[in-house]
Amino acid sequence: MHAAGSLEFWIQQLINALGLGSQYALMAVGLAMVFAVMRLINFAHGTVMMASAYIGLLLLQAGMPFPLVALGAIAGAAALGVLMERIAYRPVRGASDVALLLNSFAVAVLLENLAIMLFSPRSRPFPMPALLTRVFHPGGNLFLPSIHLWAFGGALLALSGLALFVTRTRLGLAMRAAAENPVAAQLLGIEIGKVTVLAFAIGSAMAGLAVLFWTAHVGTINPGMGFEPVLKAFVACVIGGFGTIQGAVLGGYLLGALEIVLQGLLPSGIVGYRDAMVYGILILILLVRPGGILGYLEAERV
Amino acid sequence: MDGPPVLELRNVEAAYGAIRALHGLSLSLGPGEVVALLGPNGAGKTTTLRVISGLLRPVRGQVLYRGREISGRPPALIARMGIIQCPEGRQVFKNLTVRENLILGGYRLGDPDRERRNLERVLTLFPMLKERLRQPAGLLSGGQQQMLAIARALMADPEILLLDEPSLGLAPRVVEEVFEALAQLKAQGLTMLIVEQNAEKALELADRAYVLEAGRMVLADTASRLRENPDLIRIYLGR
Amino acid sequence: MGTSPIRRGWRWGLRGVALLLLAGIYLALERGGSAYLQRLAVLFLINLMLVVSLNLFTGFTGVFSLGHVGFMALGAYTSAILTLPIAMKKVNLPDLPAPLASTTLPFLPALILGGFTAAAVALLIGIPILRLSGHFVAVATLGFLIITRVVLINAEAFTRGTRTFTGVPPFTTLGWAALWALLNLYIAWRLKHSSLGLQVRAARDDPWGARGVGVSIARVRLIAFGISAFFTGIAGGLWAHFLTAFSPNAFYFSKTFEIIVMMIVGGMGSVTGSVLGTLLVMASTELLRNMEPGFAIGSFTFGPLYGLSQIGLAVLLILLITFRRQGLLGDQELRLEAIPERVERWLAQRKVVLESPRVRKADP
Ligand SMILES: Nc1ncnc2c1ncn2[C@@H]1O[C@H](COP(=O)(O)OP(=O)(O)OP(=O)(O)O)[C@@H](O)[C@H]1O
Ligand SMILES: [Mg+2]
Repeated sequence: MHAAGSLEFWIQQLINALGLGSQYALMAVGLAMVFAVMRLINFAHGTVMMASAYIGLLLLQAGMPFPLVALGAIAGAAALGVLMERIAYRPVRGASDVALLLNSFAVAVLLENLAIMLFSPRSRPFPMPALLTRVFHPGGNLFLPSIHLWAFGGALLALSGLALFVTRTRLGLAMRAAAENPVAAQLLGIEIGKVTVLAFAIGSAMAGLAVLFWTAHVGTINPGMGFEPVLKAFVACVIGGFGTIQGAVLGGYLLGALEIVLQGLLPSGIVGYRDAMVYGILILILLVRPGGILGYLEAERV
Repeated sequence: MDGPPVLELRNVEAAYGAIRALHGLSLSLGPGEVVALLGPNGAGKTTTLRVISGLLRPVRGQVLYRGREISGRPPALIARMGIIQCPEGRQVFKNLTVRENLILGGYRLGDPDRERRNLERVLTLFPMLKERLRQPAGLLSGGQQQMLAIARALMADPEILLLDEPSLGLAPRVVEEVFEALAQLKAQGLTMLIVEQNAEKALELADRAYVLEAGRMVLADTASRLRENPDLIRIYLGR
Repeated sequence: MGTSPIRRGWRWGLRGVALLLLAGIYLALERGGSAYLQRLAVLFLINLMLVVSLNLFTGFTGVFSLGHVGFMALGAYTSAILTLPIAMKKVNLPDLPAPLASTTLPFLPALILGGFTAAAVALLIGIPILRLSGHFVAVATLGFLIITRVVLINAEAFTRGTRTFTGVPPFTTLGWAALWALLNLYIAWRLKHSSLGLQVRAARDDPWGARGVGVSIARVRLIAFGISAFFTGIAGGLWAHFLTAFSPNAFYFSKTFEIIVMMIVGGMGSVTGSVLGTLLVMASTELLRNMEPGFAIGSFTFGPLYGLSQIGLAVLLILLITFRRQGLLGDQELRLEAIPERVERWLAQRKVVLESPRVRKADP
């Protein structure tokens, strides 16, 4: 441990915050994209992460080399996202916000319990290659886990790709247009259904990527593993402003930083309350700045 | 009207829930024709455009595009056929830049060459957009947004352009500008159906006009004859 | 409405029969029911309270709370701590602060204090949260649920943390549960048909219009929230004194989900619907739970199928939202009074059919 407040301490915090924030940002982006195109808070986003981890494990056990395992997990996540949209969400498109929310709840419970049935509720080890689990000591008492580097690099790459996609490509622009004004978008020939599927696919792939890092971090996987991340992704979205990609990314990094700093600075007696504080901040932001830090969307009040 | 109609509505009835908005409306639009759809507030003008664009499914009746029935098809598909609506209240994508709005106008074409050509064309028509290509559309003034909305629709190379109240809420000088642009488009042979409250302006531009009241067609005539008969317009438009 | 004496007679007769039936069921269970049936009956009544209370808020206001199980937890822990015998406290909760450590309350006051604790917290968080709209309330109450859980796990001096809280006196009997459930149903029914209930529903169906006629939406929501939390807290206390041992895990998502499904099945805003929903969902989950260890059909064996009952709930909810969003009853009520009317209408219809079959076709 470093002396709280020393330069070294803060550097370590920064490293940790960037590593964790990258994961949150990747997870939050999918939630934000889906919310933007269909006003659905997709709780099943977490179960997509879980399923993606199990797909990865199955591929690993089948003897695939790790890069293929990673690709398979990501592709599997995307496929599952698309499937979910088709089967569970498309039939209720246009339903009330709450009906959509409950539906996604149900999908999450369904998938989680299917996983329990298929794989048992036990945690299973997920052996990661040394490349991801190594820890560097760049000097002093600093720790630089390679997983933080991978997470940061991966997020940077994936999120820049996404940024290019939504600003430079026809489909990406169509997605943003449909999110802002679906009627006007349709009048230009943009199919909302197609854009929605795309949002699910991309968002789920990002979550699949994030869960690789998450799993490397935790070391094991289990059917309930998606639950905490989806809530965190959700908080990230609220912090940054729900429904925008920039908001999700910003919120993800802010949340990561917040958690790391609370973890580092809270006295050990109350550090257990860290998550309570995080969700307290969620409520606070909803109250004082419902549009998030970036504040695009003014949440209507009654 | 020369040639068979490009667009034809036959006895269209439309409703919002239990509220009937159109009671058996028929109209047609010939190739290269500019037709105005006039009528007081709540007459059903916007509803007519919604039915054509597929945003509202008619309860009864048909919408024919080049002789083919299109009612009941999804709006995106109808737009892809080339029936492009520039909706009431402009509805530009405010978070997107002017340029991005325009690019999306050409979405149905999906052809970079035509996109470039069309972009050049609309920027000559509305030069003021040129300096603002990188600005978010939300920062434009009302008049500029209207021009952007029209420009965006033009980017699609429409077969038929449906315009809903292009002069609504604009300063008189801007109205002039917009109608000048529309006159140029007419000269280029674009088929247009224009919904307008500003009957004078619309009749100046249009070849023919229909007057709607309470969901029914009450008048249909050439624009020149209607212009000579301002009393009729006054009665039906209530001014 | 002019009511014929025959109809009035019908009504009272029906009410009498219904009451007798309930009393009969109660006595049969109390005296002759197997332990399993009695247990199911008590759990049914407690679930019923949870569902009716949630419905009292969510169904009437149209605003979704995902945090009600948090109120249940508050009621459960409060009344459990208050009733725990002093000797037991020394063993199980050695760090309990002074006044609590040296006092033990009887069941009823402890239960009611549990309800008040829940209601007080509800009012406290409700004041800011309920001004939000739509799913933002759902999200904020979800945050509350998670915070409650974190606090339960960390406030070890009061809750034993993640460890099981044991030794709660088994005060909850079928009678207590029935009494509270009836009271809860009665209050929910009265509230729904009171002027407050009308205001709440007016605000739900047309927020702008309701505000136009001077209904303070935030205030009526808050009142409904408080009452709802009170009964949810009571239900939690009853539950605690029925199971006598529990841990924070009991008050989290699966419970939340279960209650929501029960409510949606019955219909948001329907009191009698809540009864039906609770009954149906409990019956089906009980059936599925019994199948979880595995079962055989002819020569085929299935299982073990852990998670089957949750899957059943989830599928039920998805189907409901897709095909029948209003649940069984919507916000309508099953009324005994309506039965004679229904019968008369049905008879009348048959007559019409007998006389002229074409009339019916013209009827939409
Ligand atoms: N979304 C809607 N839901 C219910 N009724 C509607 C809706 N939109 C329009 N109406 C009703 O349908 C009728 C026709 O409306 P429409 O918007 O077509 O009129 P309009 O001629 O475009 O009028 P304006 O000049 O005000 O734009 C009106 O009576 C209106 O109240
Ligand atoms: Mg209109």
